[in-house]
Amino acid sequence: MLTLVIRRLLWAVPLLVIVSLLAFVLLGLTPGDPARSILGPQATEAQLEAVRLSLGLDQPWYVQYWNWLTAALSGDLGTSMSSKTPVLAQLNSRLPVTLSLVVGATLVSSVLGIALGTYSAVRGGALGRFTDALSMLGFAIPNYWLGLVLVALFSVRLSWFPATGYVAFADSPSRWLLSIALPVITLAVGGITMIAKNTRDAMADVLTRDFIDVLRSEGWSESRIIYRHALRNAAIPVVTAIGIFFIGVLGGTVLVETVFAMPGLGGLAVGSTERHDIPVLLGVTLYFCIGVVIVNLLVDVAYGLLNPKARQS
Amino acid sequence: MTTHTSVLAVPHPAKPRSAFVAALMKPVPVIAAIVLAVIVIAVLGAGVWAPYDPLANDLANSLAGPSAEHWLGTDQLGRDVLSRLLYGGRPDLGAALLVACTALVVGVPLGMVAGYRGGRIDQFLMRIVDIGLALPSMVIVLLVLAVFGNQVIMGYLALGLLLVPPLIRIIRANAIAIRSELFIDAARVAGFSDTRIVFRHILPRLVGSVLVQASLIASMGLIFVSGLAYLGFGVSAPDPSWGTLIAEGAQITRQNPALLLAAGGVLGVTVLCLGLLGDTIRDASVARWARTPSRPSRIRRRRSPGDAAGAAPESSSLLSVRELSVEYGSVEQGQTVVDGVSFEIAAGEIVGLVGESGCGKSTLARAVLGLLRGGGVSGGAVSFEGVELTTATVGELRELRGTSFAFVSQEPLVALDPTQRIGTTLTDAVRLHTGSGRREARARARELLARVRFPDPERVLRLYPHEISGGMAQRIAIARALAGSPKLLIADEPTTALDVTVQAEVLDLLRELRASEGLSILIVTHDWGVVSDLCDRAVVMYAGQVVEQSATDALFHRPAHPYTAGLLASNPSGVAGGATRLPSIPGTIPLPSEWSTGCRFQSRCPLAVEVCGQGPVPLVQSPDGGTSRCLRVDQVERDIWSRDLVRGGAR
Amino acid sequence: MTAPVLEVEHLDVGYGRGRKTTQIVRDVSFRIEQGKTLGLVGESGSGKSTIGRAIVGLAPVLGGSIRLDGREIGQLDRRGRRAVAADLQVVFQDPYSSLNPAVTIEEILTEPLEAQGWRRKDARVRSAEMLDRVGLPASAGKRFVSGFSGGQRQRIAIARSLMSSPRLVICDEAVSALDLSVQAQVLNLLRDLQDTLDISYLFIGHNLEVVQFIADDFAVLHRGELVETGPADQVMRSPQDPYTRRLVSAILSPDPQEQRERREMRLVGARADLAAEISEKGNA
Repeated sequence: MLTLVIRRLLWAVPLLVIVSLLAFVLLGLTPGDPARSILGPQATEAQLEAVRLSLGLDQPWYVQYWNWLTAALSGDLGTSMSSKTPVLAQLNSRLPVTLSLVVGATLVSSVLGIALGTYSAVRGGALGRFTDALSMLGFAIPNYWLGLVLVALFSVRLSWFPATGYVAFADSPSRWLLSIALPVITLAVGGITMIAKNTRDAMADVLTRDFIDVLRSEGWSESRIIYRHALRNAAIPVVTAIGIFFIGVLGGTVLVETVFAMPGLGGLAVGSTERHDIPVLLGVTLYFCIGVVIVNLLVDVAYGLLNPKARQS
Repeated sequence: MTTHTSVLAVPHPAKPRSAFVAALMKPVPVIAAIVLAVIVIAVLGAGVWAPYDPLANDLANSLAGPSAEHWLGTDQLGRDVLSRLLYGGRPDLGAALLVACTALVVGVPLGMVAGYRGGRIDQFLMRIVDIGLALPSMVIVLLVLAVFGNQVIMGYLALGLLLVPPLIRIIRANAIAIRSELFIDAARVAGFSDTRIVFRHILPRLVGSVLVQASLIASMGLIFVSGLAYLGFGVSAPDPSWGTLIAEGAQITRQNPALLLAAGGVLGVTVLCLGLLGDTIRDASVARWARTPSRPSRIRRRRSPGDAAGAAPESSSLLSVRELSVEYGSVEQGQTVVDGVSFEIAAGEIVGLVGESGCGKSTLARAVLGLLRGGGVSGGAVSFEGVELTTATVGELRELRGTSFAFVSQEPLVALDPTQRIGTTLTDAVRLHTGSGRREARARARELLARVRFPDPERVLRLYPHEISGGMAQRIAIARALAGSPKLLIADEPTTALDVTVQAEVLDLLRELRASEGLSILIVTHDWGVVSDLCDRAVVMYAGQVVEQSATDALFHRPAHPYTAGLLASNPSGVAGGATRLPSIPGTIPLPSEWSTGCRFQSRCPLAVEVCGQGPVPLVQSPDGGTSRCLRVDQVERDIWSRDLVRGGAR
Repeated sequence: MTAPVLEVEHLDVGYGRGRKTTQIVRDVSFRIEQGKTLGLVGESGSGKSTIGRAIVGLAPVLGGSIRLDGREIGQLDRRGRRAVAADLQVVFQDPYSSLNPAVTIEEILTEPLEAQGWRRKDARVRSAEMLDRVGLPASAGKRFVSGFSGGQRQRIAIARSLMSSPRLVICDEAVSALDLSVQAQVLNLLRDLQDTLDISYLFIGHNLEVVQFIADDFAVLHRGELVETGPADQVMRSPQDPYTRRLVSAILSPDPQEQRERREMRLVGARADLAAEISEKGNA
């Protein structure tokens, strides 16, 4: 088990290196002069030269990359081109918002998705087809549009929830909950339906296996067979689906945070794109990648716990 | 030409293509295709049928609700919402197409190479795919957009590339599945080049899954692209696109909600139709290559109590099956697969249920256990020690299962829950049946394992199913079945998956258990050797009916039904070396839909005469005290198949 | 003695390379004369199918030689394979997976011939002839395989293997998936074809009695090594190697009387083997 964790962590190193390298290559392709975009059109050639020197922009790209990498490893992700503040501080101040949304949406969709999927697999028939239709619908509805409709309905018309903004948990847990409720629902709808469909398919498959019949012939109750045996055997594809959903939801925050004007990493990414603020975007990318690495690690650990064969190999 | 044994009746199978088309021609996909076509044509021909110029301001008429002139009303600047919606589809659909093409052009060939070639190339590609799957697409696309300024097309290309890794994975998995089919091996033996194999044998099978993926990627691309447009990365201000229209619509929900709803609606409907089409193509390609026609799946109603007909069971028998029939399919269109079967098992008796595939023997065993899948008992009765099972409630059945009768299945390794240790499975079974404590149950589990001759039970208890062999697993299955000290063991082909030496051990074990615990056994088999080694009596089934029932010795020496005689004769055992031909039964086993009302074996029988086909053949007493479903039972002899009899020759 | 059709000498088969090699077949030698059948028997995991796959180039040959009519065919590339394909054919166990469901039966039959340079017209005539030989009407050629029964599919697979008048056909568990009555039909067909066409078979199987019916000679395989060879009837009657003895004594007779005797013999034999083993250990 431990070797599995270590192997997965080692696997993350090339991922992060490649992502940052990719970003750097993209950077090298930037058409404009970064120094000029920092200083503006009125800057003199001497000022530009000074900025280039201070940012190391006169060096070849691989030297620049090396400098960025060593700095990043010591926790220095550079300075924002537009706000001139350290990138790391910006990211950390916005992390709790995104984390609340992503973790909340993953939890909500996992619990509801597994419940709905299991129930429809066991009941079968019309409910099964209903789950299929629902999952199709959940996939087809763009989440940012759903967010806008929810705002129009529950915030503007009914005033049940705040339309926009974020309240920190430390300030007021109840208002925190209200502030993230709509965005979490928006993000979770696709996840509930996707996880429900995966659970239903996996359960339906497990329920046709021989060992289920043998358990029935042994005289166990149907509910014990489902919860103790079938669900556990169906869990691996479900865990995979949850992992995939999590990665998707990271990207989803970009749109949903914009819809609800949440000061999170996704919203930061949109703003930075408009301002061509590459260091900040690079930082957001890095944070998201680290999130993916952690989730993949958790998924692998879950595989190990669920499947004795994976645990021992 | 002497090689004909018979010109076989050849079925008229549907072409796989027409099965494919049939699966597509259902109402839902047809409607989805029509809706999609309407949307695409409406968007492409926006210049022709849009009622207004999408950019024409009419401030006097701003924020109007739906009306006869403006079906969907107007926006803040008085522009016609419908016209903007029609024109707005162009950038979105175009971009989605670009994204899908990029992903497919790169992903499909790479997936095929990885799947078909395997080896180093595959390993290398899968590394990259692993990394690609971990990339947060949205942010990477934003990064690309930030770098390339307003060249939004670079973002679309990047998005296409980011969708490549999952595509490679799926195409690769499909290619591997097809590559492992034996007809690919046959092509390689014939010395065909890789190109020929790929283009002629693998690609045609992949078309279905590529289309499914294309629909999926196009929908994802569409959602993504419209999202980018919503964020402001796409067409610029006055020009419409679905994404920007949603953004504009959100501003004016109070005055004219039609824009938000219509823009989101048309986007959602497009994606929905693509998804429905994809699903249908997937199901259709499965149907196209399916090995057997899929079984009707509607579960037949359970019979109401009181249906259980037949005389009271004889007191001496443990299990009594009377006129039992099983049907698959719906109530209106039932297909009988077990037809009026009766037999009894006495305490301590071992009975073999013999027949070829499709004769209904396994279904019958499952019906007795109450484990039918997708089928139901449609008539007759099954009683165990006088308790009627077909009308028993789930609770009553559970009481009997494990303690009165237990089940051993054919594939021993898949009969165990792969996530549990053997110890857990066994102690759970003991605790369920005896209600004993954990420690006691574990001791009993050790005893049971020793009972089925494991020299080191403690070690076996700690193993997982993937760590044991088939022979071990079958002995464990028997130990598990013994946990509740049942009186009857129902075993479905328990030795078929095992090697002969292991088979002999398992049969020895079963025989021993009968001797020591007086266990009765119903064993389903197609193997005469198993019958002769283990069974006191055999019930021979053909086409859903019992055709003969007799003591094993009598059955072998003086079979009373031509089918039994034929089946015994076709067994290569004991045919002297140098014999050039095996006596064989001509023709094929009839499908349930082909069963005749007369003798079902008539068309293959050397003794058949006209009267055989004229009506149901009853079971009659055979000379040896068994029963036979043959009108000419007096003429049946062991060697009727070796004599050079032409059909009807005995006339 | 005539030159053998197939001559296998010191064959090693395995996967992987270097230290990671897993060897599946070790130092196996046998030969098959024209018009004769060698039965290659063993239990699951004995490597019997791997030998068949190695001969037709589907499993890597690590060492030794395989000669077909004197030509070395152990390490052929795809082009070389095509050259020997006309003489060397195979019939697999699973008649469902071994025929491409996407093309007509005629195409399944003619494709290999066309790859060898036959004209399409001639290949079609030949396919009709072969369908007739295996007991199927010529009209079957225009159909697809879906809907054909297992036995009928196996007849088609046999027809495909005979299209190019091969010298040797490898039957890899070719009747194992079939029902008893159909199995007898296909076994008879294979024997009839051998009598009229004078082809040789390498018949791979796990059921000794089935293989005995069709084979002249036996080669018994255990854990990748040959433990006994000899005329089929002789091996069945008086097996020499202890493993072969175990295998033969485990065969079940359909005659209850005879089976009781065999069982006694087996249990006595097992006890004797056990005693021998114990005394051997005591001596060591």
